[in-house]
Amino acid sequence: MAEQLFYFFIYPGMLFAGIIGIIFAWADRKVTARVQFRQGPPVLQPFYDFIKLLLVKETILPKNGSVIFFLLAPVLGLFGATAAAVIILMPALGLTSGFRGDIIVLFYLLAIPTLMFIVGALASGNPLSSVGASREIKMVLSYELSFILIIAGVILKSEMTLQLNEIMALQQSQGAFIASLSGIVMFIAALVVIQGKAGMVPFDMAEAETELAEGIFMEYSGTAYAIIKYTKYILLFILPVFIAEIFLGGLHFEGIHILWSILKVLLVLVLMILIRNTNPRLKIGQAMRFYLLWINLLVIAGLVLHYIGI
Amino acid sequence: MGLKSFSLKKSLWVFHFGGASCNNCDIEILDCLTPRYDVERFGIKLVGSPRHADVLLVNGSINKRDKPRLLEVYDQIAKPAFVVAFGACGCTGGIFAEGITFAGPVDTIIPVDAYIPGCPPKPEAMLSALMKLAETI
Ligand code: SF4
Repeated sequence: MAEQLFYFFIYPGMLFAGIIGIIFAWADRKVTARVQFRQGPPVLQPFYDFIKLLLVKETILPKNGSVIFFLLAPVLGLFGATAAAVIILMPALGLTSGFRGDIIVLFYLLAIPTLMFIVGALASGNPLSSVGASREIKMVLSYELSFILIIAGVILKSEMTLQLNEIMALQQSQGAFIASLSGIVMFIAALVVIQGKAGMVPFDMAEAETELAEGIFMEYSGTAYAIIKYTKYILLFILPVFIAEIFLGGLHFEGIHILWSILKVLLVLVLMILIRNTNPRLKIGQAMRFYLLWINLLVIAGLVLHYIGI
Repeated sequence: MGLKSFSLKKSLWVFHFGGASCNNCDIEILDCLTPRYDVERFGIKLVGSPRHADVLLVNGSINKRDKPRLLEVYDQIAKPAFVVAFGACGCTGGIFAEGITFAGPVDTIIPVDAYIPGCPPKPEAMLSALMKLAETI
């Protein structure tokens, strides 16, 4: 029991994933700044933001909303993200081998933070938050189908293995999945899907600060907003790790492989940041059409290519 | 200096309230976000919701219609928060001070922590004011 709690709260769960996530969030802002020829914030900037929100600021409760759901939603979202982080990171760090079917469990766990943000936004009783929540629901409806198709593709490519650990071992013996044409096609689709999952531009219409004034997070302040920020830091860390695990040959922390593993994750992160910086925010209808039609077609093309054998 | 006040000092999020200005000050505020001045170096960023803000930046003259809205926004901000009056209009009323709809400079409506004079103030003036404000925390 004590061991499980340690896994969940400290390493590789909440604390560890959060700290790495804070560094990734800084990298996000710094690379963004460099792309725009700016200097960018200091390394500890996301940490200062988090401490300020957590300890200094007042938490304002909504007058017309449901206070219990408003406060519970960020906490449950954090727990969902942490559970996903544990399952994603344990096989990579070689702590346990996971269990059969964990890649399917991950699909559900990764959906929890977004669903909880929606619950929190609807509980706040603010009209702009509701608009944000409705947009987020539309986003979930669009990208989750592509996401499950991508996971199905990965399972097919790994000869019906349902375990993250074995998928990585298979890639280490037979070469990474991205080394084939179908792998490349699915990797591109997966990159776009996690962009939507992490709520980054061009798919950030749910929080669109210029039109909806932060949308789903509008009413949150102080500690509750700090928890949401922390959840987002964790997601920013584990989503690139997940993609690196299922497409880029898996992560392996031994000898020289440590360097390669870190480079793989950073590569996915930098690709996400560059997509974010080179695209304007889409309209919600455009985003839905983009996922439901084009990305799904792309994944299906990948599946067909896999059956043909390339 | 504790961790709390240090983090607050290092991450001032600004909410911009534009009163009835001549629009020149708004453009000077946007200048601060450009690569040349880059306020993000100091952890300052513009936020869209008063719930997330630490600094309320008020520019332009406050007329009778703006006054209740300014009070409302001030109530919505999560405390501790600071108010900065930007430009001659924000500090004293400037060229609008004798108009019939003028409802008083900002500091007669809400408590103000820093004044930035100028018509419009330079972006450097805003940076220096925010730095001086951060030093008082
Ligand atoms: S201070 Fe000057 S520049 Fe600024 S809003 Fe007033 S009149 Fe315009």
